[in-house]
Amino acid sequence: MSATGIGQSVRRVEDFRFLTGSGQYVADINRAAQCHAVFVRSPHAHAAIKKIDTDKAAKAPGVLGIFTGKQLAADKIGPLICGWMIHSKDGSPMKAGSHPALALDKVRYVGDHVAVVVAETLNQAHDAAELVHVDYDVLNAVVDVATAQQPGKAQIHEQAPHNTVYEWHLGDKAAVDAAFAKASHVTKLEIANNRLIPNAIEPRAAIGEYDRGSGGYTLYTTSQNPHVARLVLSAFNGIAPENKLRVIAPDVGGAFGSKIFIYAEELVCLWATRKVGRPVKWVADRSEAFLADAHGRDHLTVAEAAMDETGKILAVRVKTKANLGAYLSTFSSSVPTYLYAPLLSGQYDIAAIYCEVDAVYTNTAPVDAYRGAGRPEATFVIERLVEVAARQLGRDPAEFRMHNFISSFPHQTPVIMAYDVGDYAGCMKRALELADYGDFPKRKAFSKKSGKLRGIGFSAYIEACGIAPSKAVGSLGAGVGLWESAEVRVNPVGTVEVLTGSHSHGQGHETTFAQLVSQRLGIPLEQISIVHGDTDKVQMGMGSYGSRSGAVGMTAVDKALDKVVAKAKKVAARCMEVADDGVDFREGVFFGAGTNKSMAWGEVALAAYVAHKFDTAEIEPGLKEGAFYDPKNFTFPAGVHIAEVEIDPETGVTRIDRWIAVDDFGTVINPMIVEGQVHGGIAQGVGQAMLERTVYDSEGQLITGSYMDYCMPRASDLPSFVVDMTSTPCPSNPLGIKGCGEAGAIASPPALINAITDALGHEDIAMPATPQAVWRAVKASHHKHAAE
Amino acid sequence: MYAFDYRRPSTLAEAEQALSAVSGARLLAGGQSLIPAMKLRLNHPSCIVDLRGIAGLNSISRKGDALVIGAMTTHAEIAESAEVNGTIPGLVHLADGIGDPQVRNRGTIGGSLANNDPAADYPAAVLALGATLKTNRRSIASDDFFKGLFTTALGDAEILTEIAFPIPNRFAYAKFGNPASRFAIVGVAVADTAAGVRVAVTGARDNGVFRVAAMEAALAKSFAPESLTRIDVDPSGLASDIHADADYRAHLIGVMARRAVKAALA
Repeated sequence: MSATGIGQSVRRVEDFRFLTGSGQYVADINRAAQCHAVFVRSPHAHAAIKKIDTDKAAKAPGVLGIFTGKQLAADKIGPLICGWMIHSKDGSPMKAGSHPALALDKVRYVGDHVAVVVAETLNQAHDAAELVHVDYDVLNAVVDVATAQQPGKAQIHEQAPHNTVYEWHLGDKAAVDAAFAKASHVTKLEIANNRLIPNAIEPRAAIGEYDRGSGGYTLYTTSQNPHVARLVLSAFNGIAPENKLRVIAPDVGGAFGSKIFIYAEELVCLWATRKVGRPVKWVADRSEAFLADAHGRDHLTVAEAAMDETGKILAVRVKTKANLGAYLSTFSSSVPTYLYAPLLSGQYDIAAIYCEVDAVYTNTAPVDAYRGAGRPEATFVIERLVEVAARQLGRDPAEFRMHNFISSFPHQTPVIMAYDVGDYAGCMKRALELADYGDFPKRKAFSKKSGKLRGIGFSAYIEACGIAPSKAVGSLGAGVGLWESAEVRVNPVGTVEVLTGSHSHGQGHETTFAQLVSQRLGIPLEQISIVHGDTDKVQMGMGSYGSRSGAVGMTAVDKALDKVVAKAKKVAARCMEVADDGVDFREGVFFGAGTNKSMAWGEVALAAYVAHKFDTAEIEPGLKEGAFYDPKNFTFPAGVHIAEVEIDPETGVTRIDRWIAVDDFGTVINPMIVEGQVHGGIAQGVGQAMLERTVYDSEGQLITGSYMDYCMPRASDLPSFVVDMTSTPCPSNPLGIKGCGEAGAIASPPALINAITDALGHEDIAMPATPQAVWRAVKASHHKHAAE
Repeated sequence: MYAFDYRRPSTLAEAEQALSAVSGARLLAGGQSLIPAMKLRLNHPSCIVDLRGIAGLNSISRKGDALVIGAMTTHAEIAESAEVNGTIPGLVHLADGIGDPQVRNRGTIGGSLANNDPAADYPAAVLALGATLKTNRRSIASDDFFKGLFTTALGDAEILTEIAFPIPNRFAYAKFGNPASRFAIVGVAVADTAAGVRVAVTGARDNGVFRVAAMEAALAKSFAPESLTRIDVDPSGLASDIHADADYRAHLIGVMARRAVKAALA
C-alpha cells in the first residue's frame, strides 16, 4: 500500500488554501462592473399583495433596476420546481402550488421574495429596498403542522385543499394490522422531529453575468450540484439553453443539503444580469440564511411496534405529518417518503411495516433535505421505539436489539430495501466493549452520590446512501438519474487531471479522489488535480449529497481509470514490443512479460501523445477516458452509537460524558477525513437533540432568527469522541465504499435522547432537550416516583 | 448599515463637545452591541464618537480600599489582570465568562454598563459590590445607576469614565448562560463587604439587575449556601422567553445564588 493510497490518513491538500484565506468562495469573486442585488422580503407569513410601489425606490441614488414577479413572468421565466413526483395512496399526483421566484399575488412565509433591487453599491441597494412600498392584505397564517389540515384553516395554495400536498403510504397495512392483533406487547410513542436551520458557515451567494457578445450566461453560485442547477435553470426556468449557460460552484463553505436546491435568489441574479447589462451579485446575510434557506426535518409522528412473547418485533406502524413549509423546494417531496419510510426497518428483522405520511403546507420556510434527509427521522422513530420497548419489557436494550438484528444477508425488508451486507452484532459488541458497558451501574451509582443522574443510550442505525440505480429511482418518482460521471485526463508528462461530477463543499475530495488515483496509477498526489464545480470543465454530473461521492463519484473515477490503464497498457505493449496482454502494471511501472523491459508511467503517457510507436489507425493518440457509473443498489452503512450523559437535576443541564461510535462504512479511503465526518455528524445530531430549536410564533414570525436564540453546537457542548470502525465492504461497487457523510447526524439524536430518558427514568421529553425541558422532566419524574 | 459620521476625539472634553454638537450622536466603546445593531439597520446614529482615542480610560489600579477600573478596559484585560485577581478574583471569573474571545477582546466594562443590557453580567457585580460609577461630571452610586431596560442614570453627553469597586471580604458571580447567546439567563453576584452582604441578579428580569433583600438578610446572619435553601424567589415579574419561563428563572436564582455563595467561600 502506498503512503498516499487508499486507507491512508493523508492530510487534506485543500486545507492550506482554506486555512490561509486563499480559498475562492463566491463572495470572494468580483466581476468587472458588477452591481449588487438586495431582495425585498415579506414581513408577513401569509398575505395577499395588493400593490407594489417602486416609484420612490427607483429614484434612489445608484438604483439600476427594481424587478418584481410580473416582469419575471413577462419574460417567461418559469417558477421554481420540485423534481420528485409523489403519488398519494389514492393514486393521485401530489398537489403542488406554483412557486414563483418573485411573488406574484401572494406571499406565503416571512422572508418570501417580493422584489429585487439592483444598485451600484450594496448599501444603495439596501437603502432603495427600504423605499419599496408593498401594500399587503394580511391573511391568517397556518403555522402549526398538527392542525394545518383542519377545516377552516387558511388555504395556502389553491391547488392543495386542506394544505395537503399528498397522503402517501408504503408497506402492507393488512399484514401489519394482523401482526398487531396477535402481539403480546405493543409500544407506542408520539415523536416530534424538530425543525432545523442548516447554518452552513458560508451563506448562499450568487453572481449572474451575461455576455452580450456570445449571448452566454454565467452563474457563480454556492451549489452542491452545479450541473443539476444548469439543467433546471435551462430546461425548467428557461433562462438560456444549456450551451449558453455556465454554472460555476467554486469553493463552497459547507452545505449539508441546503445548497442542493435551486433557489429564487440565484435564478433572479441570473435573469437580472441581462436586464441591467452588468454582473449582478448577491450574498446572503446570516438573517436571510435563517429566513430563506431550506430548513430540515419537522415531523410529527405516532409510531407503534408490536412484539411477541419472546420480544421479537413483529411489525411497526408509523403515521407521520411532514411539514414541507410554504412551497415545495427542489427535492422536498422525496424526503419524508422514499428517503424516510424505507429506512424504518432499521437493523432489525421485521416482517411487516406500514407507514403513512401526510405532507403539509404551512406558512413557514420551505423544508427540504438536510444532512441525512429522512433517514435521521426514520432512525429516530425506530431507535426510540426499540429502546422504549426494551425498557417496557424489562430487557437490556443492547441485548434486545441483538435479539432482533438481521443476521443473514442479503436481506429484503418489507419496505423496498434489499440490504446487501453488514455485521450488526459485531458493531454492537465492539461498541459495548469500548463503552465499558459492564461498569455502567458503578458509574451511575457514583453520579448519584454527587446528586447527578446518569443515563446511557443506544442507537443502532442504518442508512441508505448512493441512491440508485437510476431506473429504480425513476420508478419512485425522481425527475433525475443518480449516476455519476468522471473523466481522467492524463497530460503528456504523466500528471493527471480528474474531472468529476461530484462536488466538494468541505468533504475533502481533492484529497480522497486523488488518493484513489495515486493508488491506481502509482503517482504522487502532487501530480494529480481534482477538477469539479464548473459546467464548462466537467461535462455533466449529479453532484454531492446523500453520502454519494465516495460510493458513486469515486467509482466513476475508478471506471475511467480502468479505461486509462487499459489503453496505457496497450501503448506500453507496442513500445516494449510485447503482446497486448503481456504488460503488467504495478505501482506506476509497466513491465513487459518475459522481457526485462519496463516503462515508467510518465514515459507511457508521453508515448501515447507523441504516437510514434503505434499505428494510430488502430490506437488513437492521447490518453483521456471518461465513464458514467450507475450503481446497482443503494449502499447500507450501519453502526452503533452509545451516548452516556450526566444530568444536573438542579439546573437541568445535561453533560455528555462519553460517546462511542462504531461505524461500518465498508472501505475507508482516508480514516482521518472519515473520523472528521463522524465528529461533525455527531455534533449536528447533538445540536438537534439538545440545542437547536426553530420557533415560529403563531403569526409565522421566525423567533429564532439569529445566533442569539438559535443554538448551534460548540466544541464545549461535546465530549471527546471514541470513534472506531468495522468493515464489511460494499458488494455493489468495486471499491467497497458505503459512504460516511450523514451517519453521525443520523445515529446521534436517538442515542442522546435514549441516554437522557434513561437518566430521567421516563420517556416524556422532546427534542431539543434544553436545560429547561430537562429540569421540568426531572420534576415530572419526582412526581411520578412520588405517585408510585 | 446606514451611513454615519465618525469622530475620534482625543480628550473627554472633545468627546462631550462632539456628543452635544450633533443630535443623534452615539458613543462607541467596544462596539459589541452597537455595531451589530447598526449592521442590522436597527440602530441609526448620525455620528459615532469613538472613545478609543482618549488616553487613560483603560487602566486597572488599586486606590486605597477600592479597585478602580477604567471604562474602556476590555473584558479580556480584566480577565487577565493580576491586580483584579489579587483583589476581587470573582470579577476575573465574570469577565472570562462574557461572550467569546472576540467579544472579550473588544468589549469594555464601561460599554456594557452604559448599555445596561438586562442580561449583561457586569451590572450584577457592580450592584452587589456597591461600586461607584464615575463620569465626566459626577460620581453615581450603583444603587442609583441602573434605571431599567437599556436605561441608566447617565445624562446627555455624560461619559462613564471609571468604576470604583470597594474591595470585599468575599465576592463571587455564578451565571446560568443562555446556551445560544451566552448572555445570562440568570446571573447572581454575591458580595460580603464592609457595608454588608448584597445579592444582585441579572438576566432574570426585563428591567435589568435587581437586589434580593431576603437573601441578603439570610446571608447577613450566616454567609453559607444553606442559609438560602428555604428562600423561594417569586417568579412574578421575572422574564419569560423561549429559553426560560419565569418559574425556571426563579428556581435558577436560588441555585445560582447558592453556587455563588459556595464559590465566594472557596
